[in-house]
Amino acid sequence: MKISLTRFSALAFAASLLAATTLASAASAQDAEGIVVYNAQHESLGREWIDAFTKETGIKVTMRQGSDMQFANQIIQEGDASPADVFLTENSPAMALVDSAGLFAPVDKETLDLVPAQYRPADGMWTGIAARSTVFVYDKTKLTEDKLPKSLLDLADPAWKGRWGASPAGADFQAIVGALLQLKGEEATAAWLKAMKENATPYKGNSVAMKAVNAGEVEGAVIYHYYWFGDQAKTGENSKNVGQHYFKNQDPGAFVSVSGGGILKSTQHMKEAQAFLKFVAGKGGQDILKNGTSYEYAVSGESNDKLVPLADLNAPKVEASELDSKKVVELMTAAGLI
Amino acid sequence: MPHASVVVFATLVAVMSLVPLGFIGWVTADVGWQTVKALVFRPRVGELLVNTILLEALTIPLSIVLAVTLAWLTERTNVPVPRLWSWLAVAPLAVPAFVHSYAWVSLVPGMRGLQSGVFVSVLAYYPFLYLPVAAALRRLDPAIEDAAASLGLGPWRVFFRAILPQLRLAICGGSLLIGLHLLSEYGLYVMIRFDTFSTAIVDQFQSAYNSPAANMLGGVLVACCLFLLGLEILLRGNERYARVGSGSARPADRRHLGWFVVPGVLLPGTLGVLTLGVPLMTLGRWLYLGGTEIWRLDAVGNAFVQTIVLAVAGGVLTSIAAAPMAWLSVRAPGRFQRLLEACHYYVGSLPGVVVALALVTITVRLALPLYQTFATLIVAYVLLFLPRAMVGLRASIAQAPVELERAAMGLGRTPSQAVRQITMRLAAPGFAASVALSALGITNELTATLMLSPNGVETLATKFWSLTSEIDYVSAAPYAVMMIVLSLPLTLLLYAQSKRTAGQ
Repeated sequence: MKISLTRFSALAFAASLLAATTLASAASAQDAEGIVVYNAQHESLGREWIDAFTKETGIKVTMRQGSDMQFANQIIQEGDASPADVFLTENSPAMALVDSAGLFAPVDKETLDLVPAQYRPADGMWTGIAARSTVFVYDKTKLTEDKLPKSLLDLADPAWKGRWGASPAGADFQAIVGALLQLKGEEATAAWLKAMKENATPYKGNSVAMKAVNAGEVEGAVIYHYYWFGDQAKTGENSKNVGQHYFKNQDPGAFVSVSGGGILKSTQHMKEAQAFLKFVAGKGGQDILKNGTSYEYAVSGESNDKLVPLADLNAPKVEASELDSKKVVELMTAAGLI
Repeated sequence: MPHASVVVFATLVAVMSLVPLGFIGWVTADVGWQTVKALVFRPRVGELLVNTILLEALTIPLSIVLAVTLAWLTERTNVPVPRLWSWLAVAPLAVPAFVHSYAWVSLVPGMRGLQSGVFVSVLAYYPFLYLPVAAALRRLDPAIEDAAASLGLGPWRVFFRAILPQLRLAICGGSLLIGLHLLSEYGLYVMIRFDTFSTAIVDQFQSAYNSPAANMLGGVLVACCLFLLGLEILLRGNERYARVGSGSARPADRRHLGWFVVPGVLLPGTLGVLTLGVPLMTLGRWLYLGGTEIWRLDAVGNAFVQTIVLAVAGGVLTSIAAAPMAWLSVRAPGRFQRLLEACHYYVGSLPGVVVALALVTITVRLALPLYQTFATLIVAYVLLFLPRAMVGLRASIAQAPVELERAAMGLGRTPSQAVRQITMRLAAPGFAASVALSALGITNELTATLMLSPNGVETLATKFWSLTSEIDYVSAAPYAVMMIVLSLPLTLLLYAQSKRTAGQ
């Protein structure tokens, strides 16, 4: 294989220059029209919302994919210079963080009216767009109903040492810890996290935790409800031995986490950004939750009929806008979990 | 000597490479000693340090033994179809480390922890040692071995006393490369649940973005890199390895294996199954399950084009940035040059997140027009892959005898002409190889790309990663396949380059 090297380099150069210019022009083209969405929701769901919105309105949307807290902190760093117009999350703490930095613009009243009050903060600076319930997924071949933990707090018991898992580094689990902190206070939370460091196997990601339960590595895991449904709808190979246990009776483990959407004050495209959020929180976006493959709860309108209805989950009362992510990270770092 | 401009250029690159370190230093100063103490001297950091040391101490020696054995088999014995085996030994480079890791986890779901980490790391990274060692073996002058044999040494002692010492540069360079990879790799270890500094930094990152905790972990990681770097310099020594004399080295004879041919075929064959068979089998299963609908041309095609563009542009620029330093380190070594070189090396061992974080913060605060632009991402790639480019370039410049440069100058060429017309030509294969190596790295780079890419730019690696984290392995399969397809020609090029001897 003889390649003339000078020719190779020349070609490479030409290609890279060409590429640089196309990319640069593409990037500037995006800035000139349409909006930028920082999407910390699942990529496929974000993509579905965006495609449907563009189809309906003709407004171009550029999506940037990342995770809740990463984006929240990134937006704070970016400040007024943030390229983002809209921010979508999986959980509330990230929304609360950006809100406390005063970077959100008020959401249009029309949009807020679509969403029941319990799924949005009182100040109207962001709104819930979807919801997810905490569950304990367990290995049906090892655990029966009567052997399941009655409360999330039971998992701190030495009897559970080495038997359960979670994804402590993820925003999902940290939202659950945030709920625990709000419901039970700092001391109890710190003690529970310390026990968790002893008892729990840390996984990177909820889906990985569910796979581990399925493979018999641990007997159970604290994750959200839709992983199981999503896997069942695909090949089912990662959840065939897995059952779902809802803690209910207002246990911290019955926490329903609200995914949020907000508009950044610094946006140059206020009208389009408001239209997008209205679409996501309204019928168009909520129908995608109902009929699509995300299996997350809709916050306005009906949810997918395969799910346990939100009303039956008997979730604890948690003020979403006051979930304290900073404190949670501090406590988890102190416990050596992250 | 045409030093001045080269030194200036190399210094510029070195200064640029100090940016992430400066950033960590600034954060350290900013948060104060109390916080630093609380964040660095805690049990979690101890756990990570133990993990990292064990990983390095086990993976590198195993890789050396494996790579040297394989290289000797394919270059110096009469093992059947040596070409095939040597190609199979390089091919794992075409499979991204996190795809290796995923394939194994699919096959053996319980895989996790240190042993698994060492196992997959060796499989994914030993080609970085095989390549330079095989190339060096091919170039050795058998006259030295003949001399050793004529002095009464048996074949084993000839190997250990005459051959192995001549492989020192190749082994040191390759080991350093692997060592640095182990420090900065993220995806591979996430998949098999083995915590290293890089995974812990990303965890902190996802929890709090640019928290002091993440940066302090970054600081400890930098200390690890500097340690490795110092170790390599100690072990490398400064002997000359270029052959000077009348005539040229004849090709070495291949040793007859006799009945040893059985293990001689089994070893590379088994490795081929482990490094290629397993990933391809896993991917095959996903593709079979997904059918045709997972090949969404708009998404896959788009990511494919963007990846190619970034890889080529980044690869060429990285090699250009590395060239002056590579030349200096061979031709004009000195204390200051050592320092510059250290800068070039340490930065590549930083995890993408550390480099990316520094660049994000700096661009967002000081250079807003550059924030989230193509240019910033390329700068990150250049920094991250400088060591790869350096290793290839340094070895090939080292083989271009300085006497030729001097002869050219004696014939009336200016120093810079001599470098251009002699050394650059001789080192051209090394340059191409370093472009290929950097481009390969870029194709499979994950964390920095996630953070720095301009809005709307998605590469194969980032798409694959987000889909696998959504447990959508079926949809992720095409991206993994495309990464492999894209890495194949680069790997082939590398292979072809290593087959050629310098100066041909």
